[in-house]
Amino acid sequence: MDVDQLSAVFGALSDPTRRAILARLTQGDATVAELSRPFRVSQPAISRHLKVLAGAGLISRTRRSTARLSHLEAEPLRNATDWLTRYREYWEESHRRLDELLVRMQDDPTGSSAMEGTTP
Amino acid sequence: MSGRTTVTAEPGTTTIEIIREFDAPRDLVFRAHTEPDLLRQWLGPRRYEMRIDRFEARDGGRYRYRHVDPDSGAKYGFRGVFHGDPSPDLWVQTFEFDGWPGHVSMDTLRLEDRGGQTISRTTSAFSSVEDRDGMISSGMEDGLSEGYERLDELLVRLGPIAARS
Repeated sequence: MDVDQLSAVFGALSDPTRRAILARLTQGDATVAELSRPFRVSQPAISRHLKVLAGAGLISRTRRSTARLSHLEAEPLRNATDWLTRYREYWEESHRRLDELLVRMQDDPTGSSAMEGTTP
Repeated sequence: MSGRTTVTAEPGTTTIEIIREFDAPRDLVFRAHTEPDLLRQWLGPRRYEMRIDRFEARDGGRYRYRHVDPDSGAKYGFRGVFHGDPSPDLWVQTFEFDGWPGHVSMDTLRLEDRGGQTISRTTSAFSSVEDRDGMISSGMEDGLSEGYERLDELLVRLGPIAARS
């Protein structure tokens, strides 16, 4: 996922109403009217949010007779959260290793083995 | 609390926050950050070798280190400058990843003494939301990925985007 697309995804996710719309769409496709119902906002306002979500690739829109259905597209959201997961994993693993080092340092107040110990 | 790393990157902001509690006195945690022989024993993925080319933990000092993948030989380099003499109360440095050049963050680290335990708080501040998201997306470990969780679980966590271990 390139940086521009990622920024679009994060931008789209920065709004609580849009996050709530995505959460609703995990239960299935929905029309604008159905999506407007739980929120105290007008259908045109929901339509604007849907446009942003579609622009970020987070939803696709199809037509069923007269109604337009919004459909959740999982992949961009997965990518965005997966990147964050990797960053988190880098720090989680580092911190687990630091826990181990701190135990070695406390077991050996002179610090000599901790200074030499490169093998975990 | 110990053993849980919290990484928070709220949508639309320029910062990343990392919070972790360690079951060790503050001076030891600080030493593990300042002494290169200790630092290379913990920073970065276990399967990578950490090579520290320079690490001058003082006002105006520079650092440069690389994580090296022993299998592929791939190197991931990082560098920056210390602003002010690092202390447990306040550590300020710039940070730049070779894989995302020119997008420099300013990082602050604060170590809080909790009577034998230590809480570490790191904040990375980027100059724009795009820079911040780019840093997250330039992910250093292509081989590492944990299984995707179910999408609705992800969405629950997305208000705000906060990843917790």
